[in-house]
Formats: sequence, structure tokens, C-alpha cells
Amino acid sequence: MRRRVRWGWVAMAAIPTLFIGYFFVYPLVRILALGLSELSIGTDGVESRLLRVGWFTVWQAVVSTILTFIAAAPLTWAVSRYEFPGRRLAMGLVTVPFVLPTVVVGTAFVALGWQESIGAILAAHVFFNVAVVVRTVSTLWSRIDPRLLDAARVLGASETEVFRRVTLPLLRPALAAAGSIVLLFTFTSFGVVLILGGYQYATLEVEIYRQAVDLFDLPLAAALAIVQLVGVSAALWWYSRYQERTAVAWTLERGSNRMRPARRTRVGVAVAVIGTLAVLGIPLGVLVGRSLSGPFYRALLTDDRVVGDPLAAVGNSLRFAVVAMAVATVVGLLAATVIASRKGRVSRWFDLTLMLPLGTSAVTIGFGFILALDRPVDLRASVWLVPIAHALVAVPFVVRTTVPTLRAIPEETRQAAAVLGAGPFRVWREIDLPIVSRAALVGAGFAFVISLGEFGATSFIARPNSTTIPTMIFRLLSRPGEVSFGMAMALSVGLAVITAAVVMAIDRARIGELGTF
Amino acid sequence: MRHTRTVATIVIGLALIGAGCGEREQTDTPETLRLIAHESFAAEVDETTFAPFTDETGIEVEVIASDDAGTLVNQAVLSKDNPLADVLFGVDDTFLSRALDEGIFTAYESAHIETVDPDLAHPESMVTPIDYGDVCFNYDKEWFAESGLAVPDSLDQLTDEAYAGLVTVEHPATSSPGLAFMLATIDTFGEERWLDWWSEMKAAGIDIAPDWDTAYYGEFTRYGGPSPIVMSYASSPPAEVIFAEEPLDEAPTGVIEAGCYRQVEYAGILEGTPYPESAGQLIDFMLSVAFQEGIPLTWFVYPANADAQLPPEFVEHTTIPDHPTRMPSERIAENRDEWIDQWVAVMEG
Repeated sequence: MRRRVRWGWVAMAAIPTLFIGYFFVYPLVRILALGLSELSIGTDGVESRLLRVGWFTVWQAVVSTILTFIAAAPLTWAVSRYEFPGRRLAMGLVTVPFVLPTVVVGTAFVALGWQESIGAILAAHVFFNVAVVVRTVSTLWSRIDPRLLDAARVLGASETEVFRRVTLPLLRPALAAAGSIVLLFTFTSFGVVLILGGYQYATLEVEIYRQAVDLFDLPLAAALAIVQLVGVSAALWWYSRYQERTAVAWTLERGSNRMRPARRTRVGVAVAVIGTLAVLGIPLGVLVGRSLSGPFYRALLTDDRVVGDPLAAVGNSLRFAVVAMAVATVVGLLAATVIASRKGRVSRWFDLTLMLPLGTSAVTIGFGFILALDRPVDLRASVWLVPIAHALVAVPFVVRTTVPTLRAIPEETRQAAAVLGAGPFRVWREIDLPIVSRAALVGAGFAFVISLGEFGATSFIARPNSTTIPTMIFRLLSRPGEVSFGMAMALSVGLAVITAAVVMAIDRARIGELGTF
Repeated sequence: MRHTRTVATIVIGLALIGAGCGEREQTDTPETLRLIAHESFAAEVDETTFAPFTDETGIEVEVIASDDAGTLVNQAVLSKDNPLADVLFGVDDTFLSRALDEGIFTAYESAHIETVDPDLAHPESMVTPIDYGDVCFNYDKEWFAESGLAVPDSLDQLTDEAYAGLVTVEHPATSSPGLAFMLATIDTFGEERWLDWWSEMKAAGIDIAPDWDTAYYGEFTRYGGPSPIVMSYASSPPAEVIFAEEPLDEAPTGVIEAGCYRQVEYAGILEGTPYPESAGQLIDFMLSVAFQEGIPLTWFVYPANADAQLPPEFVEHTTIPDHPTRMPSERIAENRDEWIDQWVAVMEG
């Protein structure tokens, strides 16, 4: 019996291990080895700038993460605790900033006069990442067993005490998960820093790009990439230990426990929802306003003489997104199951390695692909590399959204099933899967929108020529003329609408009791 | 276990499908040639772009998209031992010397090279010029008409009190036109004096944007920004006419000829290709009049082939500067980092 269980885990771990090993670890090792083999110690004159860059990278990431939590708190509270008309719409809308191309948000921020300052960088980071906190945390929060809270109240706890001593400890894994993702995202921030910060505020990510691509200093770029990796790994190591220590097994409700807000809290909920959306809506309003200043949506329906057919780009983007979502969900869910079931060093390293692509510079991975993926089959310019690169970035989202839920399943439940004669796969299918499907859907949704938004993951990959929505927006924005600019804005709004629609559809989806995955 | 095997089969199957298009027969003329190019070029290629070439030779052209010119050259260097493609297009003077130092190209003299201005051609024919573009100041005609201010015609004039706060350029470290213009000032004023001009401009409140989009769509008065003079391209005014909402008789923007910098883009045959002859045919095709005449309205740069006719918008609405600045690739490669450091010290110090 015991042996069979172990083999089951090995089989489950094999797919994520192969995936991350071949598409991440191996290319990374190849490019870093090449860079370091040429490294000559004593790159003088660069240290002071690099120290400044390193320090800026760390502190802006920490501050951005804290600010994102503060900004996301009211909306997270409202959508987790309460059921109200427009809740799904609010969840869809809040995801829109997450997917918009940096260059589009950049122009909106510039139009509002927010640029070339640390404030603008931090504001943009918050703008992009609020969705990560809201979605990751509310998944868990909405399913806290209300009887736990009632028990605390019966014992005389005030509402503040209930939150502080019951809700908050239960939410800690989800808070840590969201925090780690936002931290990694902002730690490796590239486009935002370039557009809104100018040259003086470079992150390590920007500097790696500059050294590798512009100055051909691969050794220095490799050294910086290692510094970045070490920093990211240290943060993740601490995080995964923390998450293991603080995870509490408790009964998760299958459905959500949202209630209609009482008359008194209705105002609070309304303020939280409308207030958050209004603030996030300011830059979006600029885009919508500009997209409506001419017949630009009609222009999107015809084949542009230069950039081609926008509808074909939408088709390409959706195809890539579906593949990326499928890959990320399968890989992520298997990995999460392994991570959640095994405590200790191996599981921790496994978890950490899966998270690393989110904290590794896109240049490093892209150039690693060129070196590593020509054997046994030449995948270097394959069309599959694009969704695979998207999936690499998306897997951490699936893992992070599902691990807290999986950890919360009491081991006794699984043991009970096993005692009743269920094999390991049956246990996984009938116990883990139904409970985790909700969280897996949230992760899958992130994977889908990550792919839609591109996130620069594909910039440094040689790929067959296929235009996606973000690349078309980028092309339109690099061409002068009112129609070019208007179409870019209209297409950005189109991307926003598609994102919101997909997220709302995913939120509505119900995974059956079992098997229909 | 059965599940694992099924999944493994699917994964390997997908990998083989993906790889299938990469495998080619070892014959003298291939069925497909691979052309790797930067994103700006690749994004505008459609099925008609290379159709005449395929009709003539029977060879299909598969375009592989890279990112910018720097990434493109890096990818070619990293895959030197097993080239990603047969032909590379899109290397410019900024990155050419690095590419040549690494020996990624094999020399080829195009059959159409005599149609090209000798100034553009590479002396040892390691690469073939396909197009060029001039990075130039653009000005907002309506703004100047209303203000009554004269349009400046020299870089020195821009340091005048009258133009204080009216100029936006891109950052040389983060933007290709930004770098081009920095090189233009070095070429114009010499290494002794160029930083003096910049420090005067700093005093006059010159605005530095991180990239072209932010400068043009964020800072230009034509798009609601504060600067009536921005660093853009000589081809921007015709683009303004072509992509105008209402048909225009005259371009709303104009080109200032002072401080223009000429960027030349080259194609080269990648060393190690099994099909150097067919690759040469592809370069000849890209330099042929038929292909070259499509360049302006597709990529908004100028054809290298002097026999190619320009579309009317490019004749009526812009000027090709008579004496644009340019700099040898080796000199850029050698000094670029130091110049940027010096520039940063003056402008951000």
C-alpha cells in the first residue's frame, strides 16, 4: 500500500519536473555557464551603479507589494464576504489592468502627467497587481467556514478580534502566496520601470537587458542574472518555510459562504467596490476616451494595409492562451499536489524551482532557449515555444492559488477514503480535485490572461511570425498618425473587454463534483 | 502509471509536431528558406510579401520574428554553431560591428548592388543594405503658425531662449532614435564640443522621453503634449497623412533637416547555412525594384535601391536631408557605452 502511494507521487512529480527541467533549468544553466566562462573579475567602474540598481530593485519591490496590499484590501474584503449585484463584474474589471500591455498603460500614465518619478512606478505596480491580491486571497476567504467565526463570537470576541485572531491566521497562506507573486513581479519589473522611470531608476531586470542586448556584455549580464536569482530564491525559500509552518488544516467549504450585506455594511461594500474600481478606472478612462475620439473600432474590423487583420491577431492570441492555460493548469496542479502532500526539503526545492521563472529575467530565459533547445529536436523557433514561455510564467500562479487550498484538506479525509479502498488516483480525483477545482480555475484564469497579455516573456524568443493582440498594439503605437494611435487604443480596450469576459466566464464556471476536468 | 505514459506520449507527440517544420532535406535548393528579422519587419510580412520570390524560385520563405535589432544580433551570435535561419535582416550600424566581429555572416555581393548608393554599401560585401531611415526632428506646423515663432534650422539655434522647453528627445540608453540623435550631435559638434551643446539644452529645459512612443504620442503638441519639436523620423509626416482620420492635403508636421542621422538596415547570409546560393537569391529579391518599392508604405523607411520609385506621399510631404550625419559601425561599438555615460553625467548628474 505504502509503496503504491509513493509511485503515484513520483508519476505526478515527473511531468512538472520534466517541464521545468527542460524548459527552464537546462536553458538557464546553459546561458549562465556561457556567460560565466567568459567572466573576468574586475569589471571596474560599474560597481556603484550596480549597487544602486540592486538596492532600488529590492526596495521598490517591497514598497510596491505593501502598497498593493493596502490598495487591494477593501475590495478583497467586499468580494470575499459579501454577495452583491455586480460582484462578478467587479472581479472581471479588476483583472483588466493586469493584462494591459505596459506600453499602453505607460501612455495613459504619461497623458495623466504621471511619469519619470518613483511615485509613477509604484502607482503602476499597484495598478497592475491589485488583481493578484484580490483574486488569490478572496478564493480562500470566501470559503472560510462561518461556524468558526460564529464560535469565536459566541465566545465573546468582537468583530475586530474575530478578524485578527481567526480570519487573518486562516488567510495567511493566501496572503503570503499573493505577496510572493507581487513581489516577484515587481522585483523583475521591466517595461513599467523603463517607460515611467526613465534611465535613472533601473531595476536589475533592466540592467541585465542593457548589458546583454545593448552592450553585449554577456558575462556581466550573467553575473547580474545570478544575483537576481539568488535574491529571488532567498525570498522564496523564506516564504515557503513560512507557508508550511503557518498552514492550518481546516474544513473548507465546497461552495462560497458569501452573504448579502446587512443594511449597515451595504454602504461600506459599495464604497470599497466603487472606490477601488474608480481609481483603477482613471488610466482606463484615458484609453477609452482616446479610443472613442474617432471611428477606430470600425477600423479594427477591416484589414489594415500595414499591420494586417486585427481579428486574426485576436484569433492567434486566443489560441496561444488556450494552449498556455492547458499546459500551466496540468503542470501546476500536479506540482501543487506534490508540494502540498510532502513537507521537507525536497518539496521546498521543487516549489522554489517552479516559482523561479517568475523571478528570472526574460532575456536570460530567451537567450537560454537559443542555446539549449536545438537538440534532440530543434524547438528554437517552434510555434510551441510561445505558449510554453507563457506557461512557465503562469505555472507559479496555478501552484500558488491551489497549494493553500490543498494544504487545508485534512489528511484524515484522504486516509478515510484510502481505508475505504480508494487508490491514490481515486483519492486525488474524489477528494483533492473537487475541493481544489475552484482555486485551480482561478489559477487557470490567470494563466489565460497572462498569455493574452504576453508580459514580455516572448520578446526574447525567436518565434514564427504570428501577430498577437499585444504585438499588434505595439506595432500600431510605433507608427505615427491619428488612426494608428486610435486603433492601438481601441485594440487595448478590446483586449480589456476580452479579459474581463474570460475572467467572468471562468468565475461562473462550475466544475462538476468529479471527473469533468 | 498508465496516465503518465499517456501524457508522456502526448508531450512527445506535440514536440515532434512542433519540430516537424524544422526538418529539411539536404539538397542544393531548399523547399523553404528561413529569414530571421526584428519584430518591426516581421510583423508586417504577410503571405503576399515573398510570393513573387516563391513563384520565381519555388522556394518558400519562413519568417522568424525576433525582438529589436540588438536581440536579433545576440540570437544570431548565440546560435552561430547551428544557425537559426539562412538569412538575417535588420542589423544596423549600431550592432553591425559586433555581428561582424563574431563572424556570423558570409560575404555576398548582390546582383543589384550597383543600384545602391556606394555610401550605404558595405566595403567587403559582408552585408547588403536594404533600406535606410533618417532620424530627424519633427515640428508641429499648426503650433508654429499660431505662435509666430520661426522653425529652427540649426542645432545651435535650439539653445536660444525662444525655444526653451519646446524640445523633446528620446533617451540614448533606452531608445534607438535617442541613440541616433546623440550620435548626430557627436558627429555635428565633434567629441570636444558635443557635451557643451547638451548642457546648454539641459539649461533650456530639453525634455527626455524614454522611448519614441512616449515622446511622440505623449509629449508632442500634435497629440496634446507640451513640445512642438520632437525627435522622430523623416518618414513621420507622410505617415501622418496616410494614417489621418480625415484626408489631408498637407502634412500637419514637418521635418527639420539639421541634426538628422541616417540609420541603414542590412541583410546578410548567415555563416553555416546549407543553402548559400538560394540565400543570395533571397537577398537579390529583397533588393529588387519590385520589393523595394513596397518598402516605404510597409515599413516607413526608404528603399536602398535608387531605381525604386517613392510613393507620392513620400515625395510631397517630407524631405530627404541632403547631408544627414552617420557614423562608422566600429566607432559606435567602441565608444557607445562611454558616450552614454558621459551624456548621463551631464543630463542626469
